[in-house]
Amino acid sequence: MPQAASYGRNAVCARGLSKIYNGTPVVDGIALTIPTGLCFGLLGPNGAGKTTTLRMLLGATDPSGGTLEVLGHPVPAQAREMRARVGVVPQQDNLDPDFSVIENLRVYASYFGLSGPALERRIEEVLHFAELDYKARAGINTLSGGMKRRLTLARALINDPELLILDEPTTGLDPQARQMLWQRLRTLMAQGKTLILTTHYMEEAERLCQRIAVMDHGRILAEDSPAGLIERHIEPQVVEVYGSDVQTWFNSHARTHVERAEHIGETVFCYAHDTRALLDDLATRPQLRYIHRPANLEDVFLKLTGRDLRD
Amino acid sequence: MNHSLPILSLRWIPVWRRNFLVWRKLLGPSMVGNFIEPLLYLLALGFGLGVFVGEMQGMPYSVFLASGLVCASAMNTATFESLFSAYTRMAHQQTWGGMLAAPLMVDDIVLGEMLWSGTKSLISVAPILAVAAAMGLVHDANTLWVLPLILLAGASFAALALCVTAFARSYDFFVYYFTLVITPMFLLSGTFFPLDAMPKAVQWGAQVLPLTHAVELVRPLMTGAPLKAPLLHLAVLTLYGAAGLYLACILLRRRLKA
Repeated sequence: MPQAASYGRNAVCARGLSKIYNGTPVVDGIALTIPTGLCFGLLGPNGAGKTTTLRMLLGATDPSGGTLEVLGHPVPAQAREMRARVGVVPQQDNLDPDFSVIENLRVYASYFGLSGPALERRIEEVLHFAELDYKARAGINTLSGGMKRRLTLARALINDPELLILDEPTTGLDPQARQMLWQRLRTLMAQGKTLILTTHYMEEAERLCQRIAVMDHGRILAEDSPAGLIERHIEPQVVEVYGSDVQTWFNSHARTHVERAEHIGETVFCYAHDTRALLDDLATRPQLRYIHRPANLEDVFLKLTGRDLRD
Repeated sequence: MNHSLPILSLRWIPVWRRNFLVWRKLLGPSMVGNFIEPLLYLLALGFGLGVFVGEMQGMPYSVFLASGLVCASAMNTATFESLFSAYTRMAHQQTWGGMLAAPLMVDDIVLGEMLWSGTKSLISVAPILAVAAAMGLVHDANTLWVLPLILLAGASFAALALCVTAFARSYDFFVYYFTLVITPMFLLSGTFFPLDAMPKAVQWGAQVLPLTHAVELVRPLMTGAPLKAPLLHLAVLTLYGAAGLYLACILLRRRLKA
């Protein structure tokens, strides 16, 4: 079987992958190559096709077209075999409310056909990893949001997966809980696991992911490292200007000093390689205030996907 | 739509077991109900109403009623489990979603749920048989054959109910199935009274209902009356179960894999 060979380098290999609902392409012929051992981020506004893409990767929904291989298994043909080697942290919590923490892990492990002393050892390991040892006998409804997420992560690790798929893993968590989860995910990366995650938080993607694909309208608009995306898609410096009369200033002066300027709400965003002229100009206008900062992933994201609200 | 035949394997066991473990946690209140309810029915209807009814098909009404109660309870229990409880697991708790992220398939879940609902029928019927036996309402040990039969009947009713669940968008949807299918079947399958006095069309119509065939098997086994055409009745129940399983797999694959 050529499986091992092809899988050696890429955890996921998709070509022309598409999903069509009622004649509308939700995922529109994307190509995706995700090397093993990497943390790969899938970014995009609501409805961009991220979750549908993840569902296809897992064999949870059949593609309308294209070819897909995950861990060397053709999907959906061998989805079941593939899933035995994958862990999933879904967007919506689906812990069993009738079971305690440890029972949740045992029952979920039974779906993988795992039981016995080896499983009990594994349960101890994942509980320890998620820092939930002391909650082993607790009921699910007594856990905080952060604990539930950590338990969901522990559950996803029960089969010692090679690939971990996380759909918005930190949505709704407080900063402490999020930091804690990031730390756990970094540990998993250090262990050589492949991570694929979707997120709405740019700083999360920037900190965790080595590679990022920005999706919108079912297509991949750009794919690179976080630094590469910023370098390739946007001017390196941003000046945000606000204050009374910013509208007049925007109309008359803003674009004479920088490559690109946008007026959104109360703020003018100026993008430039060289901001000296702009800053000199602003120094003469005490009624305007400004923030000068390096461009970040959010700037790239908004440039690529636009600023329209998606509900 | 994927019309391929269900892939049956032992992977239904973890699905069944998960439901069993949850049930075991709530064992106390559910078992009390399982014993008290049939006792009340048999006492109130069997003896209360029985006084006025006298004999029915050559047996005391309470004896006639006990076998009807067994079949109706099997149908209600399995149907309720495969509608409301299965829907909760599918839609609200996303339990099935978790199973589908593991190496289980939709067909495994359908088979596991169907056999679990059949097991629940068994759990509800066993106390009725015990109570009926204690009250002297069963004929002999042949009554024990009722247990495997109820597992089959319960699983068949469950398979039909899972087809309905596959279309549900809320719990309210199940009212249609109860009002239009389960209640008429409950009343017109010879469970509480023989259909001899009903119009011929109703009598013929009742022959299509799976509950009728369950009653035709269970009543003779409990009362000692001769079994008539047992293979036919078994075949009808099995056919409903097999067709229901196939259809439920097709419908739930479509829903869950959309």
